Amino acid sequence: MSHRSFIWICLLPLVAVTAAFFLLPMARLVLLGAQGPHGLAGYLAILFEPRYRATLINTMVLASVTTAATLAIATVSGIFLQRHRFPGRAVLVAMLTFPLAFPGVVIGFLIILLAGRQGLIGGISSHLIGEKLVFAYSIQGLFLGYLYFSIPRVILTIMAAAQKLDPGLEEAARSLGAGPWAVQRDVVLPALGPAFVASGAIAFATAMGAFGTAFTLATNIDVLPMLIYTEFTLAANFSTAAALSVGLGLISWAMLALARSLSGGTVAATG
Amino acid sequence: MNAIVGHGASVHIEACAKTFADGTLALAPATLDIARGETLVLLGPSGCGKTTMLRIIAGLEQPDAGGRVLFDGVDITAVPIEQRNVGMVFQSYALFPNMSVAENIGYGLKIRGVARAERAARVAELVALTNITGLEDRRIDQLSGGQRQRVALARAVAIRPGILLLDEPLTALDAALRDRLRGELNRLLRSLGITTIYVTHDQAEAMELGDRIVVMRKGAIVQIGTPREIYFKPQSRFVAEFVGAANIVEAPVADGRLMLPGGVLPLAEGDTHPAAVAMIRPETIAIVAAEGAALTGTIDSISFIGDRQRVIVGGASDKPLTIDAPNTVAVTIGDRVGLSVAPDAIRLLPEHD
Ligand SMILES: Nc1ncnc2c1ncn2[C@@H]1O[C@H](COP(=O)(O)OP(=O)(O)OP(=O)(O)O)[C@@H](O)[C@H]1O
Ligand SMILES: [Mg+2]
Repeated sequence: MSHRSFIWICLLPLVAVTAAFFLLPMARLVLLGAQGPHGLAGYLAILFEPRYRATLINTMVLASVTTAATLAIATVSGIFLQRHRFPGRAVLVAMLTFPLAFPGVVIGFLIILLAGRQGLIGGISSHLIGEKLVFAYSIQGLFLGYLYFSIPRVILTIMAAAQKLDPGLEEAARSLGAGPWAVQRDVVLPALGPAFVASGAIAFATAMGAFGTAFTLATNIDVLPMLIYTEFTLAANFSTAAALSVGLGLISWAMLALARSLSGGTVAATG
Repeated sequence: MNAIVGHGASVHIEACAKTFADGTLALAPATLDIARGETLVLLGPSGCGKTTMLRIIAGLEQPDAGGRVLFDGVDITAVPIEQRNVGMVFQSYALFPNMSVAENIGYGLKIRGVARAERAARVAELVALTNITGLEDRRIDQLSGGQRQRVALARAVAIRPGILLLDEPLTALDAALRDRLRGELNRLLRSLGITTIYVTHDQAEAMELGDRIVVMRKGAIVQIGTPREIYFKPQSRFVAEFVGAANIVEAPVADGRLMLPGGVLPLAEGDTHPAAVAMIRPETIAIVAAEGAALTGTIDSISFIGDRQRVIVGGASDKPLTIDAPNTVAVTIGDRVGLSVAPDAIRLLPEHD
């Protein structure tokens, strides 16, 4: 057997798996999206049908805000945790990364325990201001849930990047007269740039597509994965569901591709 | 060329010790004076506390309680590094990867709010001074090791620092480049005339660059002196062996002479000690005819090095003697030869370090 044909034989399982589980359903999905009563225009409906468009914008705004908030929180705490050694640090890191182990449904459940009708926040607020704050089922609740499961992924990436940072760079900047803020601005943040892009893209894609949390919390609001679910299971509107799925996939994929080109290629979606 | 930086500050270090959080005593209480414009070299083996001393002067480490650092007579122990106006060159160079060469060099000026035009002029001046013309717009990862070293130096000097601190700036380079840059650095430091503290574990570097050398060992200063003093008059066996090559001879003394197995060597000082540990540099031993010589031995090996030959002679002392002989002296292995050493080239050392 020649070397070449050996390689081809080894590739065969990969090709089979890719075709069976990836390419074929994908192609079917794309075709399905164009098989509604409006044909190819079914895809345009995502953009022009007001309800779909509102949902799309809603979801993207939510994902963007989640990403921005996650990056801000995770950067500050990630750098702090990387720099400082204190008792209980390991426990804190473990707790911060714990949500990684939870499916979205559980996170939704936690948000309900926190901000639901019988929730902690409601209890406290009714004592303090005589009014029961309940926001688990609103966009704020969803935001909180997304934040909760985005932070661990981002914090770990930021900590890894901060660890690789040469402490000499900061010392050099300081020797040249840079105060603490200037050091962060000119040395630390630029060096963490690739980590921001990479983990930010993942946070965005995850927030775009998260279903479990949305399923638990999004009873009154529309986000894209929920819309797909209702179109698919309740309305049996397969072609719209397919078109929406392709749209969702494209947006997330574009974000990851953009991030990958900006950061030199170490971005993989998770969750 | 003094306009480029001026002579800088004088430095006084008083009883500075450093104990790290894990209990490591990296530096025993050290007191040291560095004059304006002087180049002082901290020399010693790995882990002896050179970097720690440098970082205390820079303000990157705080000395243990009781230690003080003064610049021009002003106590700056509590002043953070960013306000000390020190130029630092790190062993890793620590150049900012997100900035071009010119931006790196101009960074300290930018932080100081120097106007763009003035900054550009100053950067151009330093680019010329450090021989990196044409590289201004390069990214750092597009530079060779030697070029990085120059950029790091230009960046440190650009701010007209009061003192320039260099931590093994040549160690990351290969041997040939290191030799060339050492000469270049020497000329540059001399022409700048700025107070400089230079850390190295390479004794050749220390001798070429230093006005004075501080030899350190295990966190303590063991000797301070000019390169000549350190080389010719080491005060301990450690310094003798660490700086240059040395024959250490242990022998009894009688009538002011060193009594060796292969003969005697007259001593300069009328030393009355019954025994001595003496240092003899290889180049101070002359090979002479065996007949009539006070000290004789047999040639064990010869290595031809080019500018000289290194001859090992057995039987003369308790251990084989290393001799650097001119490359013109004809010698053969197994020859019986006489050895002569000028009395003042024999340096008596304390028995124990
Ligand atoms: N942050 C630290 N914590 C604990 N110990 C340290 C720390 N920094 C240095 N040391 C220890 O202090 C001693 C002196 O270190 P220092 O870096 O000053 O040595 P050095 O002379 O510069 O050595 P080298 O030539 O290898 O750079 C060493 O034993 C080192 O292990
Ligand atoms: Mg060091």
